[in-house]
Amino acid sequence: MKKQLLLGDEAIAQAAIDAGLSGVYSYPGTPSTEITEYIQSSSLARERKIVSRWCSNEKTAVETALGMSYAGKRVISCMKHVGLNVAADAFMNTAMSGVNGGMIIVSADDPSMHSSQNEQDNRVYGNFALLPVFEPSNQQEAYDMVYEGFELSERWGYPILLRITTRMAHSRSGVQTREVQPQNPMHIDSNEPSRYILLPVNARRRYKALLAKQDEFRMASENSTYNRLFLEHRAPLGIVACGIAFNYLQENYPDGFKHPVLKISQYPLPKKQLMQLADSCEAILVLEDGFPVVEEQLKGYLGLGLNVRGRLDGSLPRDGELTPDNVRKALGMEVVSPFSAPAILVNRPPALCAGCGHRDVYQALNDVLKEYPGAQVFSDIGCYTLGALPPFRAIHSCIDMGASITMAKGAAEAGVFPSIAVIGDSTFTHSGMTGLLDCVNANANVLIIISDNETTGMTGGQDSAATGRIHAICQGIGVEPGHLHGIVPLKKNYEEMKAIIRKEIDYPGVSVIVPCRECIQTHARKVKLNRR
Amino acid sequence: MKTDIILAGVGGQGILSLAAVIGEAALADGLYMKQAEVHGMSQRGGDVQSHLRISDRPVASDLIPLGQADLIISLEPMEALRYLPYLQKDGWVVTHSEPFENIPNYPEISEVMKVYETLPHKVILNVEQIAKELGTPRSGNIVLLGAASLYLPIDFSKLENGIRRIFGKKGEDVVAMNLKALQAGKKIGNRTIFT
Repeated sequence: MKKQLLLGDEAIAQAAIDAGLSGVYSYPGTPSTEITEYIQSSSLARERKIVSRWCSNEKTAVETALGMSYAGKRVISCMKHVGLNVAADAFMNTAMSGVNGGMIIVSADDPSMHSSQNEQDNRVYGNFALLPVFEPSNQQEAYDMVYEGFELSERWGYPILLRITTRMAHSRSGVQTREVQPQNPMHIDSNEPSRYILLPVNARRRYKALLAKQDEFRMASENSTYNRLFLEHRAPLGIVACGIAFNYLQENYPDGFKHPVLKISQYPLPKKQLMQLADSCEAILVLEDGFPVVEEQLKGYLGLGLNVRGRLDGSLPRDGELTPDNVRKALGMEVVSPFSAPAILVNRPPALCAGCGHRDVYQALNDVLKEYPGAQVFSDIGCYTLGALPPFRAIHSCIDMGASITMAKGAAEAGVFPSIAVIGDSTFTHSGMTGLLDCVNANANVLIIISDNETTGMTGGQDSAATGRIHAICQGIGVEPGHLHGIVPLKKNYEEMKAIIRKEIDYPGVSVIVPCRECIQTHARKVKLNRR
Repeated sequence: MKTDIILAGVGGQGILSLAAVIGEAALADGLYMKQAEVHGMSQRGGDVQSHLRISDRPVASDLIPLGQADLIISLEPMEALRYLPYLQKDGWVVTHSEPFENIPNYPEISEVMKVYETLPHKVILNVEQIAKELGTPRSGNIVLLGAASLYLPIDFSKLENGIRRIFGKKGEDVVAMNLKALQAGKKIGNRTIFT
């Protein structure tokens, strides 16, 4: 078959489609978004009726995926690293129940935090849940791992975690695709049906089963073609290279390695090959993008065993992504750069688009808050987080999806006045609704601004589960109709917006204002489409 | 043969479609390639870059090592300079000349140009002006690609095919407009070197 030029994300999507996928359940998040988008725009996926609507959040996504797997079909669920925190309850317990139809969970990690609030390494979740983890070193491996992964998942009866990082997700390369497989028919597993009922009596049995499975997972790693031991060159220093770190290692040895090398792309760790490597050298340098997961495992907490180098001993930086350059330094080679960056350079931070509705909301809010020196504004994850930067400097927090509303409640209950939350529409339905219910039940003195641009903007304009529903949701949760306002955030409505904000700050209870104007980016895209 | 290219600009200027055209052309030429992009938050008016690596052998790293880029193609003059540490000693910088000033502290353009005076190999063009004169004001990025095509290891006709494939979805006139822009860029790039 023909080679296609695909992003790592797209290679994963194409592989899933080719492997007989029936559904993708995801919530947008950089750098994972393009996987689901690719399936949504694939004509083959449409032809095969692959379900591909965005979910409200990552937890609903993984649970829905488990339901599809329960019914025997192949399913994938994709999210950014912090999304797996939201889905963690479901994820950890799919390891207890196991699966029926092949199930792959994709975690797209973001070391160096290009678009994220932390750089957690979700291989840790693999260890935590005792599940196999795959970490491709290139786009072709990403394709192959997903293509073969569903069958493995079905054979093992467990889900698989595929861990990629930004550079794999958002880098393009030629990928050889394979034959399209038929989709699974619906079939309920009659073998041990009680495994999905995680009552303690069943859970205890299932946990023993999961523990008993660990040897099989490890042996699969030892026999995996994705893990390779190169012992042609003997040297005192051996190298372990995980995932894309292997590329950076290769880059620095274009004519072949000068060290014994173990490439790792499938976990749990291949013990046999690690023993062989350890026997062949005096010290081991671990190259891994993200946390020192393997390094810590090899070293042990007291460091009394092997001589292990990596991020913990300063051979590599403790934080930030790997590059061919920091790997080169760790290998003891010089990095030569004939030109340096000139002193005149200034940063160019991202900014809210000109004409964006969030701008008008912040303008009005800032104007009113001049009258309230004690005001604290708790915000959330989305484009409107850029309100933290000049010229607005309008917010005081951004922690996790939904934290604006709940933090505002906690602060109000500690005595902050006015305590204000600013959250986007998609973030509100992702994780803000339950916090709003807490506010209503406690009659917290908070003003909640749901800045509605009718899309999931920051990730490029995916459908928002909230569109057209926010007023009904707020009313249903119990916000009093007199303190629930809609307004169009435009210059001509400034005075009205300011009056509403002022009035609702002064109301001692839960108020919700919903400034609603479509994202100018998605609006422009629609206009363009209609013209064609 | 190996060519490492950094593409630079500001979010929304068309850097990624430029990268896509080169990538398609390289693949059609039977070459190996990797192209790392920046998506997400950095697209909103922030700096955007792409590492594009083309070779007749498999490419290992998705990122270009420091001091190894053969070419920096930039749609913004200050943005090109951000990636100078990646440029190898005989490398070229091909850039649009006009600043994109969406920040309050943009340096004096004369200061930016002073840095260019110290660079041994550069092509500085007002590609927006050229695109406007062609009657295709939105194809400045492709004019720039035309000018840079002289330094690419890819057949010009393959770049033209790349344009047909990338812009094909957008209709025949968009393809024609971009082909015209590519041709014009090539001509002017030629003139810049030999005069």
